[in-house]
Amino acid sequence: MRLDYDVAAGDFTRAGNASSAIKKTLKQIGVSPAVVKRVVVAVYEAEVNIVAHSYGGHITAEISPEGISVVLADTGPGIPDVQKAMQKGFSTASKEVREMGFGAGMGLPNIKENADDLKIETEVGKGTVLTIYIKF
Amino acid sequence: MTVREIADKLNLKVFSGASGLDREVTGGYVSDLLSDVMGFAKDGSVWVTLQTHKNVMAIATLKELAAVIIVKGFEPEEDAKEVSEEEGIPILGSGEQTFELAGQIYNLLNR
Repeated sequence: MRLDYDVAAGDFTRAGNASSAIKKTLKQIGVSPAVVKRVVVAVYEAEVNIVAHSYGGHITAEISPEGISVVLADTGPGIPDVQKAMQKGFSTASKEVREMGFGAGMGLPNIKENADDLKIETEVGKGTVLTIYIKF
Repeated sequence: MTVREIADKLNLKVFSGASGLDREVTGGYVSDLLSDVMGFAKDGSVWVTLQTHKNVMAIATLKELAAVIIVKGFEPEEDAKEVSEEEGIPILGSGEQTFELAGQIYNLLNR
């Protein structure tokens, strides 16, 4: 099963819509609540990152009997130093985004914590592709 | 203990989501950092925060929290209340500051 969602840059009123739709689908097909919780955390954080940092992106979720693979691809500034971005507390979010309570430097660590596998492909000036895999 | 019992005992204002007042509360979480709540709050918790925007409800929904309690007399934004109504997750309000309110909730839940 394949699910597709567009994510608009800067539109925080819709941030979480794709995560919510993926969550509903996983619950409907009977994936265990513990796994659904991990998917929700990882995908929500990655979705918010597209809203907060990119010029727009796309989420594709592939669901198989063994697990879910979510590809979150954006066009945007890319991540100059992935190692630094993975550190807890490091953030490049704007003041406005931080005032909303985002940009605490916990997003990527949350994703890593909840994913069985996380791949980050990024090019400065072009964009970033996150691939999150979680086993059922 | 239900959300309603906490609201009654602590004199909290119900802004929205009254259909969820009978949700069972199993714990609490206090944070104004959304990713902190996303990563670490447990389902069934009441979330005490000073954030008032719609993303709070996105997180409360995704994490299946019992209710959101906004402190210091702040009021939720309209679109946050709409999500609260749709999802049946109440937004409550208190004039107290976070420290005092969290202490009172802690006492209620651990009685």
